[in-house]
Parts: sequence; structure tokens; C-alpha cells
Amino acid sequence: MTGDALLFGLSGVLSASAPLLFGVIGETITEKAGVSNLAMNGMILLSAMGGFAASLATGSLALGFLAGAAIGAAVAAVVAFTSITLKQSQVAVGYVLAMLCRDLAYFLGNPIMGMNGPRLTLLPIPGLSAIPLLGTLLFRHDIVTYASFLLIVAAWFYMERTRPGIMLRGLGENPRAAYIRGANVHRQRYAYTIAGGAIAGLAGPIYSLSVKAGWKGTISGLDGIGWIVLAITIFGGWKPFRAALGAYFFSLLQWLGLVLQPLMPNVPSQVLQVAPFPLMILTLLLVNVGNAEWLERSLARLPEAVRRDIARALSALNATPPAALGVPFDEDD
Amino acid sequence: MRDSKSTRLVFGAGSVVLALALTTAIIALTGNDPIAAYRNIAQGAAGSPNVAANVVVSWVPLLLVVSGVLFTFTVGLWNIGIEGQITLGAIFATWAMRLLQDSAMAPGWVIAASIAAGILGGVLWALLAGALKTFGGVNEIFGGLGLNFVATALNLWLIFGPWKRPGVASMSGTLPFAERLWMPTVSPQSRLAPVPLGLALAAIAIAFTLLKGTYFGLRLKAVGRNPTSAYRLGIPTWQHMMLSFALCGAFAGVAGAVQVTSVYHRLIPSISSGYGYTGLMVAMLVNFSPAAAAPVALFFAALNVGAIQLPIVLKLDSSLAGVIQGFLVLFVLVGNGIRTRLLARRKGAL
Amino acid sequence: MNIELRGISKRFGAVLANDAISLAVPPATIQGILGENGAGKSTLMKVFSGFIQPDSGQILFDGEPIHIASPADAIRLGIGMLHQDPLDFPPFQVIDDFLLGRPGGLIPDRKRALREFRELSARFDFSLSPEARVASLTVGERQQLEILRLLWLGAKVLILDEPTTGISQAQKEKLFAALRRLAAEGMTVFFVSHKLEDVRSLCGRAAVLRQGALVGAMEAPFDDERLVRMMFGKEVPLAEKTRPAPGKKVLTIKTGAIDSLRLRVKDVNLEVRAGETIGIAGMEGSGQDLFLRACGGLVEPAGGQFCLDEDERPMNGSTYHDYMRSGVTYLPAARLEKGLVPGLSLSEHYALAGKPRGVFIDRAEAQARSADLIASYNIKGRPDSAVESLSGGNQQRALLSLLPSASSLILVEHPTRGLDIESTIYIWGKLKERCAAGTAILFISSDLDEILQYSDKVLVFFAGKVSPLIDTESLNVQKLGELIGGIGWETLKEAARA
Repeated sequence: MTGDALLFGLSGVLSASAPLLFGVIGETITEKAGVSNLAMNGMILLSAMGGFAASLATGSLALGFLAGAAIGAAVAAVVAFTSITLKQSQVAVGYVLAMLCRDLAYFLGNPIMGMNGPRLTLLPIPGLSAIPLLGTLLFRHDIVTYASFLLIVAAWFYMERTRPGIMLRGLGENPRAAYIRGANVHRQRYAYTIAGGAIAGLAGPIYSLSVKAGWKGTISGLDGIGWIVLAITIFGGWKPFRAALGAYFFSLLQWLGLVLQPLMPNVPSQVLQVAPFPLMILTLLLVNVGNAEWLERSLARLPEAVRRDIARALSALNATPPAALGVPFDEDD
Repeated sequence: MRDSKSTRLVFGAGSVVLALALTTAIIALTGNDPIAAYRNIAQGAAGSPNVAANVVVSWVPLLLVVSGVLFTFTVGLWNIGIEGQITLGAIFATWAMRLLQDSAMAPGWVIAASIAAGILGGVLWALLAGALKTFGGVNEIFGGLGLNFVATALNLWLIFGPWKRPGVASMSGTLPFAERLWMPTVSPQSRLAPVPLGLALAAIAIAFTLLKGTYFGLRLKAVGRNPTSAYRLGIPTWQHMMLSFALCGAFAGVAGAVQVTSVYHRLIPSISSGYGYTGLMVAMLVNFSPAAAAPVALFFAALNVGAIQLPIVLKLDSSLAGVIQGFLVLFVLVGNGIRTRLLARRKGAL
Repeated sequence: MNIELRGISKRFGAVLANDAISLAVPPATIQGILGENGAGKSTLMKVFSGFIQPDSGQILFDGEPIHIASPADAIRLGIGMLHQDPLDFPPFQVIDDFLLGRPGGLIPDRKRALREFRELSARFDFSLSPEARVASLTVGERQQLEILRLLWLGAKVLILDEPTTGISQAQKEKLFAALRRLAAEGMTVFFVSHKLEDVRSLCGRAAVLRQGALVGAMEAPFDDERLVRMMFGKEVPLAEKTRPAPGKKVLTIKTGAIDSLRLRVKDVNLEVRAGETIGIAGMEGSGQDLFLRACGGLVEPAGGQFCLDEDERPMNGSTYHDYMRSGVTYLPAARLEKGLVPGLSLSEHYALAGKPRGVFIDRAEAQARSADLIASYNIKGRPDSAVESLSGGNQQRALLSLLPSASSLILVEHPTRGLDIESTIYIWGKLKERCAAGTAILFISSDLDEILQYSDKVLVFFAGKVSPLIDTESLNVQKLGELIGGIGWETLKEAARA
């Protein structure tokens, strides 16, 4: 592979990660508030379809993105209502919505399947894009890829440095403690679930208007992305930078799969396309195995020095979810 | 308001009405005639003895899957990986068929061996998801989904690789088995086979008996409600989790084997046809109660089969069936939530 | 500021938790609120701190009625509440926890918060690192953090709910010094406790609640006997202490070590004999909970020998279920989380615990067994009652009734935490019955009185260090409180050597 091809490939990895980043950061915000939105997979499909349809109908890309965000927010509002107000299992609600939204996307998107529509154009940043190597890598993208860079930093800054952001972390950690500090837990959980849904909802139009422009129904190749997003959220340990790392790593592997395909002519393309999924299992294994009881038991039999090192390595990889994730909150008990 | 059978019934009926109303609105939104769509589905599901038989054919794997996930739900696990377990059942069944089809064995025994192989495949795949969960801490939803994709890839690789048709591999699957190895049907024209139907009914009966009447079922329930307490009460927790995974995988494996031996007579790319995902929906809708599972599964099968004609006749996507099912389960969940909220409020006011 | 609670009433279902309670407190006072668990102290303080609204009655500051709509409202009015379980954020840095909740702009002024945090902690002689994680602090330090936070928010009234549970004597003294100082500066402190000893040494006034009503008030110096009578309504008959003759060895530990990421417990040498009751004292997180779990195979020891029975059968590497088969059972403090299965009925619990034979559930037999056990353990519930619908005391009785009849060793976490006096006495009665039949009991408790009252010998944990077994006769609350705070260990070792 030539250096140029490699550079363009890596630049492509960055832009292919943009929708994942929106999904992962959106979900991270939602889960930090103590709600998990497992509808992600259907939500991304529906907002991809809806965003494409809106932009096709109006000719406006901006309205396409707006529609995607609105769909994400609407689905998240259902999650919020059923889990915060009605206290139903968030897994059950998420699963049903994931299925429902997927089928809705296929049903409603049927008439616009395969149509040509608007798509984002590249927006090289004048001056910066001329820098050798870095210019191609970082400054020759469309606007959503730039936005995804900003999103990571903004999410980190918000959660670590701002007052409402610190409260957001508190909501998912100990809602009662947040409550005595003046937070309206239910209202804020609603707000963050819906906001997180809107951000994640943008992932849809980023696919259908940029990364994989158009709507191709069941062969869009988007089914499963939402689950990957949820897995990366776990891998990311609910931290924006680590989550971004996970998203980039995932896209890199996917790209490698494509690049390596010609080297293995006997392997059908579908096989390489699923390679990320066993990898997803593997990363979750690494992140979670530290909690396993059998490991603790076997570690206890090792000499102390070795044990300490292994335990330290595992705890560095380990990701602890917000303590009150999925736990309903009552003000007065 | 009282927590009685009749309030539950009212809420159930309300969910159905709301689901239909919303689906109707959505069909109308796309500029189509909802009545025509429903009529088409109804005709597709019950318009002739032939399509009715198809509904039963599709009821069989669904019922098997529901029987399986009742075990995993009872022990508190979301076995989303069941889709892959069906696929592995189908792959193993096909494998056994390919090994035995030229042997001197009687066709009945070949089919039986193939179903046994299917069970093995389903169990192995389920145990893999179970091991990831119990020993690796990987949430069974993600582990299961990942394994589903792997199973699909494995299936495709076999169809396009080692097991491809002589000449050119194609999406239509492997070469069909010899006709003598097809599962016998009620009549030569029909696809309805009595043995799979019997297996499915037996599966739900077994699920009902084990879960409702035995200490094993009670232990599963205890583990599902609170694994820590269950362990402290002396119940081997992870063993019960693995066992319920294995049971679920076994039923899924039968479903996959049935698809291969009695419906398609070969291995095809999307052999699991989403039965696993639909089965989870059915189990949620009946609130994990085995008694209601059979009729609800029949209804879901009717919707799926009925919607097949939609794209041809009305140019509507057949995912409409999934839309109705999704709304139904969603509104039942919402209804449950509202009902418990109202009950709690009433209690508080006492 | 003069504070007056006037006619506060609050009803929950059939229970009248607060019955027209009126109390006036002058400024610069430490007001003790005494009462048994369930007497209505928590409800009253929840009303005062804005968690719940009273059905009737009002609260007046200097004669002006105030309305407290929420906990945040309460702190705006200058009412700060220190909860028994500190309401903080374990993964946060101390300084983030400290500054969160103070109104202000989008970006908090960290530098100013840090400066004022340091000033405040210096004033009370608290040594907290603002960069540390809250999770790494002890319960006492988390209390200190919360007090600083409330003061920083401008609290003029401080309510402390059972603050001396799980903290050392030294931390207690530091806390009391801080409270005295605050009162001297004009603050009003409400000190809620069921410990007479603490109220006597700290408070200038005390009010006693019983069954939702204010039954009496008193000013220092207190008449202990009268206070006790007011609290319980009658003399409390405490069981006579009986000393069992030591039986055969039940549990033997030689140079035992247990390891967790945060703590290492080592060099535990212990011999437990049939019929003995051994209480384990220590501040929360000193290693005693880890140790108790290791005694039942719930945690794998990192070293040494854990052996059962007279023949010292080695048990290292065994699971809890192996221990269970040898007659060891574990009673957790978190009854609904780690002991009972919510959603299952009492009779289903008995069916599960009863080592059933056969495949199919024998409903009639389970029903009969449940009726039996419910009667003999005096549980207020029916065989088909879901366990989560029982009260705490009845849940504890249910757990006891689930114990196999032939236990050699029972390991208990906080046997009576959160229970009223009647249940406490009942539970200990049942436990002691088992001792008389030859069962040994090993229990941890943060209630030093409970340890002194019920154990024959005491084991003290401090930061992973373990004392030799101490005869209960040689201890009192003061001395035990010092030991769990790490004071007086040298003399302990000398005594052991001698």
C-alpha cells in the first residue's frame, strides 16, 4: 500500500467514526444521568431513514440533520417516560424500541429506497488542509466529522469542568445526593435522556447524508451499528476520550477488514464484515473479566507480587458503570 | 381501581387498540389504505387452507424459541443470542444430513440424528454466550448479538464455501437433500409436517411443567429474582444460568433443525429468519407466562406470514408485521407501568 | 435563632409516624433527639429537612413560619442535614463533591472552593485531601466532608442522624468537639440518636420520641433512668449473660490472610469453639467484613489456613456451598439484597431452603412447613406473603427461620441493624438458643453496645490489623471505641504476651 492510500484510508477512518462518536457520546450522556437507552440500534436506522427522507423532500441538508435529531429525541422521550415515570425495565423497553424502530424505518423508508438524494460535501479548511500529512488526515473532511472532533472535547469539558456537567455525573452515581444538592432528578434525567437521544439521533443522518449516503433499506449495512455503539459506550468506561478511542479503534479494524479482503479471495465479504463483532465481545471481555469471581479466586492463589500486577492491569482496563444506572429514583423514601 | 383479572384485561385490550390505531395512522401517513393492508394480511394468514398451514409452519419454530427463552427469562437473562443458536442448530443439522444422506440408515433415523445434531449446535452456541456471561462478565445481550453475527458469517461461509452447490454458489443456499430425507408432511402439497408441530407443542408443555411445577423451576425463578440471595440459600447459581442457556439453546437448535429438515430441505443464508428476535417479543408480551405463549405466538406467526404478500400486492414493506408487533409489546409495557403506578397510588392513599 | 416545631403530624398508611410533635429550641444549643428505631425520629427530621411534607403543623424560625419545600430549599433556609449514610458521590474528587450544590455560574470557581475548603477544614482540625476520591475516605471522614459542605453552604442549623455509627472513638471526639464549637458560635445542632451515652456526653437538652409522639424533654444533667423509661416506656429486661462451657473446635484460622485491592488483612489467628459468641468490632472498611466473608468461603483467603471442626479440616479453596454442607451459614446485613429473594413468598423460600427431595414441588408440605416456622419464629406474615412486604424485623426473623436446624457456625453481619428494641431482643434470644445447642456465632456490628452485651469474646479490626481475642469482661464502650480507632493496641499485645 502506498503512503497516500494509507493516509486517505486513515482519514476515512476518522470520518467513518463520526456517526459512532455521536452515538457513543449521546449514550454516554444518557447513561451518566442514570438511564440506559438500549433502543440505539433501531433509533439510528430510523433517524438515518428519516433524515434522508426529510432532506430529500426539502432539499435541505440542515433539515435532514434536524429530523434525525428530532427522531432520536422522540425515541429517547419514550425511553424516558417508560423507565423514569413508569419504572419499567430499561432493557425491555430498549429492546422493544430497537425492534420497533428498525421495522418502522424499513416500512416507512420503502418508497424512498435507493433514491438519489443530497449529501454533504467535503469542506477542506483553507490553509490547514495544505499541511503535509496532518492536513489530509485532519482537515479535509465534511462538517460532521469536524463536529465529531469538537463533540468529544465539548462532552469532556461539560462533564468534568462545568457545574451542570458535574451534577450530570452525580445523577447517575447517587441521585439522592444530587437531589439534596438541589437537582430535580426526574426532570434532569428526562432532559439528558432526550438530549443524549438527539445527539445519538444525529448518527443516522450522518450515515444517510454522508458516510453511507442514501437509504437502501435492509441492505444499508446499518443494522447492528447501534449495538456496537452501546458496546463502545461500555468499553469507553463512560468517559468521552476513552469512548472516542474505542470508536476510532473500531473503525480502524473495519477499514483493515476491507483492505485485507483482496488478500483472502476465498473468504466471502460477509465474513470479514462481521469481524468487528467478535472483537466487540473480546473488548467487553477485557473490560469486564476483572469483576469475575472465579478470577478473584484464582488470583488469590498466586504469589502476591504477580497478583498485584495482574489486578492493577485489570482494574486499569476495568470500566465501572454509573452506580445508579438503571435504578429508578423516588424522592421521598 | 383493583388489581383484578378484569383490569388486566382492560389494559390488555387498550394496548391492542392503541397499537392498531398507531399502525393505522402510520399506514395512512404513507398514503396507503390501512383497511386494504389489514385485509391483505388477514387473507395472507387465513385466506386459504394453504396459507393457514403456512402460519402453523411458522408457528412451530416460534413456539420452540418462546419455550426456550422462557427459561432464560426466568433466570433473569436476555438470550438475544437465540437467533445465532437457531442458525447453529440449522448448520449442525445440515452437517449431520450431509454426513448421513448417502448412508444405508433409514430416513427416519437420519432425520432424528439431524435434529439431535441441531440440538447439539444450539446448546454449544448457547453455552458459549453463557460462558461469556458467567465467566467473562460480558453482558449476554452484547455477547449474544456478537455471536449472532458470527453465526450468520459462519453460515454464509459454509454456503459459499465448503458446502456450495456444484457449479456456482448462490444465495439460494446449499443443494437440497434427497426427497426421501424430507420430513413427512400431512399431504404431498402441504409444507405442514406433524412431527415438528408435535415437537413444538411438547416444548411448550415441558416449559410449562418445569417452570410452574418443579423445584428446578422455582430455583431458576429465585436466581432470576436475586442471584446473590439465591446463592446464599444454597442454589448453585451459575450452574442454573448455564443450564437454562443450554435448555434454551436446545429448543433453538430444534427450531433450526426443523427449518432445515422440514421447511427448506437445505441450508439457506437467513435460516433463522428473525424467529429468535420475534420469540423474545412474544415472551415479553405474555409477561413470561408459558400458558399464554402458544396463542400469542400463533398470532405473531399469522402476522408474519400474512404480511408476506404486502410488497407484491400493495407495494408495502412486509416489516409492517414487525411494526404492529412492536407497538403491541410497547403498549403492553406502558400499560403495565401505568397499572402498577395507579395501584401504588391507591395503596398510598389508604 | 430560636427554632420551633409546632404540632408536626405525619401519617404513612396506618402508621402515625409523627403525632403532633412540638419542640422549641433556643439558639446555641445542642438538642438531642432520642428514641428507638421506629420511634419517629427520622420522619421528624425528614420533615425538618424538606424530604417530606407534614400532614399538619409548622416550623418557625424566630417566630416566623417557614415553608420547606425540598432538601435544597432547606439548605437555602440554613438547615443542613447530615444523613446516616453519607449522601455523596464515591467516585468524585473530594473537592467536586464539596462544591457541587452551591449555586453559581456555569464554571465553578475551583480555586476559591479549594481555598475555602482548606480554611474550613483547618478550623475544625479535619485533615481531608481535596484531591482524594470520596470512595477512599472512611465513614467518619465522609461525615467531616459533608459537615464542611453544609457549613460552606451557610447552614445555621445542623441535623445529624445517628452520626456515631461506624466511626472510631477519635473521630467521634473530633466530631463532638466540632459540634460543641459550632454551638458555642451560636448554631443550633439537632443530634438524633438512639444511644443514650452519646446524647449524655454531648447534648445540653434532650427530647424523647416514642411511637411517634414526643414523650418527654429534659435538660442536662440528665437522669438516665428517666430517659430510658421515656424511650422504652418500661424497664428493658436484658437477658442474663450466660457463659457457655467451651465446646469442641468449630473454626480454626492460622496466620490467615485476606486481600482486596484496597486492604490486606493478615496474621489472623483464631479458634472458635462450639457455643461461643464472638463479636467483631471495627470501623467500617477495616477488614472485618472481608474477614467474616472469608470465614464462610465467600471470599477466597490469600494465605494461611482456614479449617473447620475438631479435626481441623482445611477449607482453603472451598466455596460457600462447601462451607454450608459443613454446617456454616452466613446471615447478611442486606436482607433483601443478599439473603431473601424479593418476589418469592415465604413458603417458596422454605421450599428452596428445605433440601427438597423429588422433582415436583410439594405445595401442601411447603405450606405446612411455612405455617410451622412462621408460628415458631413469630413472623408477622402469611406463607404466601412476598418477603419484601415484611418489615425489617420480620425479614430478619424469616432469615433466621431459614437457617438449617443443625448449624455448627453462624456468621452474622450486623444482626440487628435498623431493628427496634423488641425485635433486637427477640433475634438475640433466638441466636442464643442456638448457642445453647452448641452453635458458635461470629458477628460483626458497628454498635459497640451490642458487641459488649452479647459476645463472650471480642475481636477488633483496625486498618487490616487484627487483635487477639479479648475477653468481653475486660472491655467497656470507651476502651472498645479507642481500640477500633487504633488506640491502645500496644498494651493489648503486651497483655496477650503475658
